[in-house]
Amino acid sequence: MKLPILSFLVFFPIAGMVILLFIDRKNHKMLKEATLAISLVEFVVSLPLWFWFDGKTAAMQFVERYNWLPQYGISYYVGVDGFSLLLILLTTFLTPLCVLATWTDIQHRVKEFMICLLGLIAGMIGVFVALDLFLFYVFWEVMLIPMYLLIGVWGNPARRVYAAIKFFLFTMFGSLLMLVAILVLYFHYGKTTGTYTFDLLKMYGLSIPFNMQFWMFLAFGLAFAIKVPMFPFHTWLPDAHTEAPTVGSVILAAVLLKMGTYGFLRFNMPLFPQAAHYFVPLFSILALIGIVYGALVCMMQKDLKRLIAFSSVSHLGFVMLGLFTYTMAGVQGGIIQMINHGLSTGALFFIVGMIYERRHTRMIADFGGLSTPMPIYATIFMIVSLSSIGLPGLNGFIGEFLILLGAFKANMVYATIAATGVIFAACYMLWMFQRVMFGKVENEKNRTLKDLSPREIAIFAPLILFIVWIGVYPNTFLDKTKATTENFIAMMEKVKAPQVSFYQVIKGEAK
Amino acid sequence: MSVTIPSFTLSSIGPWLTLTVGAIFLLLLDALSPKGRKAYFPQLSLVALGIAALQTYCLWGRSGTDFARMIYLDNFSFFFYFIFILGTALTVMLSRQYLEDWGKNLGEYYALVLFATAGMMLMASSAHFIMIFLGLEVMSIAVYVLAGLFREDFKSNEAALKYLILGAFSSAFLLFGMAMLYGAAGGTLYLPDLAARLTDKAFVSTPLALLAVALLIVGFGFKVASFPFHMWTPDVYEGAPTSVTAFMAVGVKAAAFAAFARVFFLVFPSLKVDWVMVLWVLAVATMTIGNVTAIAQTNIKRMLAYSSIAHAGYLMVGLVAANQLGAVSLLYYLLAYTLMNLGAFGVVILVGRKKDAYLNIYDYSGLGAQHPVLAATMALFMFALAGIPPTAGFVGKFYLFSAAVQAGFIWLAILGVMNSLVSVYYYLRITVLMYMKPAEADLGPVAFSPATTAVLVATAVGVLWAGVFPGFLYNLAVNSVKIFPGM
Repeated sequence: MKLPILSFLVFFPIAGMVILLFIDRKNHKMLKEATLAISLVEFVVSLPLWFWFDGKTAAMQFVERYNWLPQYGISYYVGVDGFSLLLILLTTFLTPLCVLATWTDIQHRVKEFMICLLGLIAGMIGVFVALDLFLFYVFWEVMLIPMYLLIGVWGNPARRVYAAIKFFLFTMFGSLLMLVAILVLYFHYGKTTGTYTFDLLKMYGLSIPFNMQFWMFLAFGLAFAIKVPMFPFHTWLPDAHTEAPTVGSVILAAVLLKMGTYGFLRFNMPLFPQAAHYFVPLFSILALIGIVYGALVCMMQKDLKRLIAFSSVSHLGFVMLGLFTYTMAGVQGGIIQMINHGLSTGALFFIVGMIYERRHTRMIADFGGLSTPMPIYATIFMIVSLSSIGLPGLNGFIGEFLILLGAFKANMVYATIAATGVIFAACYMLWMFQRVMFGKVENEKNRTLKDLSPREIAIFAPLILFIVWIGVYPNTFLDKTKATTENFIAMMEKVKAPQVSFYQVIKGEAK
Repeated sequence: MSVTIPSFTLSSIGPWLTLTVGAIFLLLLDALSPKGRKAYFPQLSLVALGIAALQTYCLWGRSGTDFARMIYLDNFSFFFYFIFILGTALTVMLSRQYLEDWGKNLGEYYALVLFATAGMMLMASSAHFIMIFLGLEVMSIAVYVLAGLFREDFKSNEAALKYLILGAFSSAFLLFGMAMLYGAAGGTLYLPDLAARLTDKAFVSTPLALLAVALLIVGFGFKVASFPFHMWTPDVYEGAPTSVTAFMAVGVKAAAFAAFARVFFLVFPSLKVDWVMVLWVLAVATMTIGNVTAIAQTNIKRMLAYSSIAHAGYLMVGLVAANQLGAVSLLYYLLAYTLMNLGAFGVVILVGRKKDAYLNIYDYSGLGAQHPVLAATMALFMFALAGIPPTAGFVGKFYLFSAAVQAGFIWLAILGVMNSLVSVYYYLRITVLMYMKPAEADLGPVAFSPATTAVLVATAVGVLWAGVFPGFLYNLAVNSVKIFPGM
């Protein structure tokens, strides 16, 4: 008998929400402990995915399928392949750490906070495992509500409402157009094959006229590009990241943004391969703009959280560039870079959150010389910054190197421009690190800062373990995704971009 | 001269009879009972509604016509009967405490609500235009009176007068449209006969027939509050007693859509090219005007009024699609809308208190901290109205827009979803106020009466249930729309 691991992962947090409902709202400690226990169970249950996952096949594994609305061809259909495996594990891995990080950070409305957090986890895992377009869309939208509440209720009082609404409306805008595209796709599939279904895997390889592919790629692409976020749809991100509470920022950066890149891999490219080839220049250039622009903007930031937020724009630009090369190295690099970004940027947000908790400011100018009172903090900060920059031996290097390798094969110019992003990253990260950590302690308040507590170190220990692991021996992870990537590349190589102008598509002449 | 009475079965109009008899009984009881002994009216109304529901259940599956072909017996009608009964029952449960606060817990209120419901049923099952008109008037006159129930209240008076005058005007349009149709089709107003005759090219191409369609759109458009016949809605919804507003937003709209759908799907399929484009424009204009104007509202009842205009626009998408899915989505969405809108009005009534003292949206500030459960319920209804999963509102919109896409109206679907985006803004604002703003003043205790609490629980559970397991209602709706040609 097959164990329904995926369903458990999706629904256990929801059951956890119900359990929390019955805990006294004044008993903060118990609420936090219960959530921690739930998230640990979730993590432990997700481990078999890693050990039982067969890295030699590209087929979906741990598949579960039940009819949901059979009249409409909608089913509860979930499964995992190499693309989603690592992202699910990243999610379940980060959740207990996030709960630990709330220990002293969140002090009011703890119960609601934990309920939102668990709802968010359920939604995110749902997005990564869904293989039915309707189911996917439901999870994709459901997840908005808890995130919106996390930012809006527990965010930074000054601008949290603005940030929350902006986040919600931006994401919703993209996803609603995607809904229309999903419907168009559904009816097109129904008309050509005679069966109406939302089953994603059946839709792979469906022949769709190019002009339809063109528009549907754009509709799906917009939803995902907003989530990634790609330039010029990134403007919600600095606001949301900056105003969200620490845990919100961590989850946003580490997991939510990956939904965008995952969406491209899982939906956009395999569903509309011709259009995917056709749009390589556009998306690569946008990715490059994101890389360079994000890095340049980072240099100008006075706020630590905003700086890290913009660095996400830059890093995700790398991921997108890698995915759009359709080469083994580029795509593998893109996937591993998604994980890297989750680990390093997640850790960076934890780091900023901890200093914010102590000093209630995030302005770089308020700090300086922190390495004297907080040596452990400084060491951890250094390792994570270097991993984010891409120092060989740490995870960031592997991802960026593979992506650049793939990009060189595909287009030398792109690769050259992207490489400058690595240099800029070193500039802004190290400069920031220097201003915060080195020099003399000039602000009296900084002199007495306490170093990290064991609980805080416990948050970083596993993160740093994986930062080094991926940096030293990435094959552990690359092997799991290899077969899926090979299959994906083979699928993408079968088609070529048609030679048509944009004008012809508008006029509907491009079949 | 001898008059022959055609044969009929009373059981085919069982639900109406029950409601009418119940209403008359309530009126008599009110007149005969001594002052101050009015406690049992809501319960008696609920009993009548319960019996009507049971009768409808027994009727389910019947088909044909009765009363000299004046009324239809089909699942389409019965589905709507259920919607009306559900909407009315929830309204009755919401009313008691609210009316007592105003000192207006009158027997005639419940009688009028039951009469209006009987009128709605008549509209949904008419097989003849005159019957539609009768149903419309039975319903409307009762609702005119209900809108003006608080006769010392200035706004309530304004609402009743406005509704009466404009309503009468629109009824005239409807009647005039029927007259044109009578001429165009060569002297019949039976829906099945009209349907048969209008397939003939000679009738279809006459300007008279087109004029009839246009006038009917005006008449129905007024009742469903579609642009440009929506101007009465905000004032009437704001001024009428809140429980009546809820009843109007749900019941009257559903009844009008029932007749609207039946006439246009059954009688005018041959004129589809003409009316589909008109309704396309009206649907888009209705939802856009409703949503955009709702953003600027600070009174919660006015906001819900504009939101109900917007929802009329979404519902019209189902008419424009004019396919099986369109009709199914119309039915499903009306049911979902009944649940979520009545739920929202239930919260409005609870928060409003003391003669509607707290109707400003800023009165909801800090509700999340003071009354977490109430706020969570309201948030659920707001998300449902905005069409966010896993609620019935999402599934309803999903059906509606997929019907539009299936019929090839991709732009309509795109404009529709963009409209939902606009609506998200003002629905979210309520959640922002509830959860993210401090209370402006202490809200004080909220008196949860058992009946109101039951409504909130039932609607909240219903909204979630229909959102997560939409299959059952979908099947019912598919079953119900089989009567239309090509569905």
